Amino acid sequence: MSVESLSLAKALNLGLQKAMLDDEKVILMGEDIGKLGGVFRVTEGLQAEFGTKRVLDTPLAESGIVGTAIGLAMRGYRPVCEIQFDGFIFPGFDQITSQLAKLTNRHEGTQAFPVVIRVPYGGHIGAVEHHQESPEAYFAHTPGLRVVTPSTPHDAYWMIQEAIAGNDPVLFFEPKSRYWPKGDVDTSTNSIALHSSRVVREGTEVTLLGYGPMVNVLLAAAEIAAGEGTSCEVIDLRSISPIDYAPIVASVQKTGRLVIAQEAPGFVSVGSEIAATVTERAFYSLEAPVLRVAGFDTPFPPAKLETVYLPDADRVLEAVDRALSY
Amino acid sequence: MSYTAATVQLLSEKGTLVEGDAADEYFPYIEALSDEQLREFHRQMVVIRRFDIEAANLQRQGQLALWIPSLGQEAAQVGSGFAARPQDHIFPAYREHVVARIRGIDPVKIIEMLRGISHGGWDPKTNNNFHLYTLVIGSQTLHATGYAMGVQLDGATATGDAEKDIAVIVYFGDGASSQGDVSEALVFAASYQTPQVFFLQNNHWAISIPVETQSRTPLYLRPGGFGIPGVQIDGNDVLASYAVTRANLDAARSGAGPRFIEALTFRMGAHTTSDDPTKYQESALLQSWVPKDPITRFETWLRSRGEGDEFFAEIATEAEDLAADVRRRTLAIVDPPVTKMFEHVYTDPHPLMGEQQAWLAAYEAAFEGGQA
Repeated sequence: MSVESLSLAKALNLGLQKAMLDDEKVILMGEDIGKLGGVFRVTEGLQAEFGTKRVLDTPLAESGIVGTAIGLAMRGYRPVCEIQFDGFIFPGFDQITSQLAKLTNRHEGTQAFPVVIRVPYGGHIGAVEHHQESPEAYFAHTPGLRVVTPSTPHDAYWMIQEAIAGNDPVLFFEPKSRYWPKGDVDTSTNSIALHSSRVVREGTEVTLLGYGPMVNVLLAAAEIAAGEGTSCEVIDLRSISPIDYAPIVASVQKTGRLVIAQEAPGFVSVGSEIAATVTERAFYSLEAPVLRVAGFDTPFPPAKLETVYLPDADRVLEAVDRALSY
Repeated sequence: MSYTAATVQLLSEKGTLVEGDAADEYFPYIEALSDEQLREFHRQMVVIRRFDIEAANLQRQGQLALWIPSLGQEAAQVGSGFAARPQDHIFPAYREHVVARIRGIDPVKIIEMLRGISHGGWDPKTNNNFHLYTLVIGSQTLHATGYAMGVQLDGATATGDAEKDIAVIVYFGDGASSQGDVSEALVFAASYQTPQVFFLQNNHWAISIPVETQSRTPLYLRPGGFGIPGVQIDGNDVLASYAVTRANLDAARSGAGPRFIEALTFRMGAHTTSDDPTKYQESALLQSWVPKDPITRFETWLRSRGEGDEFFAEIATEAEDLAADVRRRTLAIVDPPVTKMFEHVYTDPHPLMGEQQAWLAAYEAAFEGGQA
């Protein structure tokens, strides 16, 4: 066993390095990822190690990055694209949803498209417009794509490698607010598959479900609730598409209550989808409606208002109280 | 837009060879062609025009949802299609039926797309590197550039061996020239000095919008701003299309960087069978292109070289035979099984595909006569 204390950003860096050592067809592309190491330094040192042919500083054009990655995949490469910020993915949206997502289908399976698109996402960094968004639902809605998001350094290290090793396009959402806190990473072994959800705190009365930047908030809320005498189970979704429902349904059958939390706006969102499916699959176990705690249905506000916009432990606990009131 | 002083033309509208500074450097490519190759140019142009008419008829008879004619653009496509070497990769738009045929694609595979059987479905790897049609305008230019970047990373180009070095050619149109993806492809191609040729067929119309709305300057000038050499050719001259594309692909494969060709041609039919050009196009303009027809002038030239009636009768028969064969096989196409919907959405297993396919099977089995 080899356990190190690493930040999520460093864990991703080591995961990318390992993937590049394991398979020479893995190449990185993006804006400022070479000499600079990316604006979040996730690719720091990799161009120096692997050279400019495997770590490409691209022109500033997201559609160009994704579109050329598609062509590289046709040639047998496994491109890992970095989109600099969540809100800058939209110039590449057409190539992702109309091309990348559909090309395996259009080829009737004769050509795989193992392209990973890394997207730093979410709030809590006090940044300007377009730099704090959570656009995951657009991609989860698109057949042909897979969407995952780690919440811990350990998961980041392993999930990026698994995403790269898979044969389908993956949107890999990286929680910016969790880039720097450190956590234990076991680089020798991993016990869970990429598209699995996981119970990260056991409890009996209310299930709290979230992903990426929200998992830490849910754990904090569960701790406060425990102090107030309420036992919450916390689940880290990890994979937004496909969704691993077995641990979620099992938990709801035990607790009878589900609160889903996300930074993204709630309307037509990942939380909406899970609420509908859990209602179908665990209807007779539910003691209360499935509740959602989400960003408001507004543009992401100017940064001084972000703590109001983004769900925190108190808003989660308010939903816990409501769930218990039925 | 009409021909300019810079337009490369080797074969005039009258079917005579054109001497001059713009043309002279390209004649060696024509002189290197055998009589059989020249006959093949003509054969492909004639046969595909007949195929086009048959496919349009099939649409009118309710057998296809849509047809995308290439009428009038045969020379631009046949010349450039033959200019590509066997190892080259070709990224079409969606109108390059004859390039597909030259690379060995069964025309019925194209028919299947328009009949609602597939979204493409041929494998470029086993079909002489002819990639799938792309219907979102201009998207394929980036795929071509990415592919060319991969060729470069592999060291599979610019070794000095023209028989092995790979180049990429991508087709697009005057409408596509306005798309952001095309500009981004030009940027990436220039930045990485990819081994590729951008082949723009300026057929003067993006459905109902004339090329003047896309560009106020000749389109062959546009790549200059990206640092990519551009050349304009008479796209209805199959010799110019062949020679200029051959020269530019060979330049690209030699390591000289990307190239851009604007082939001036004219869409002699509709954009698709859903279109009605009489609503937006002056008939005089269309008529002005009739004397520039690519097939007529090439036949005139071949006859002047001694080709006789027998040859032209033979390919007319071949064209009729192909049309009849395509009709017969189109009517025999069976609908795809419903399972096709769920196959190949993903390469690796995905739970929703199995769940939804099983649900659909159970749903259908629940009806009277279904198999429970």
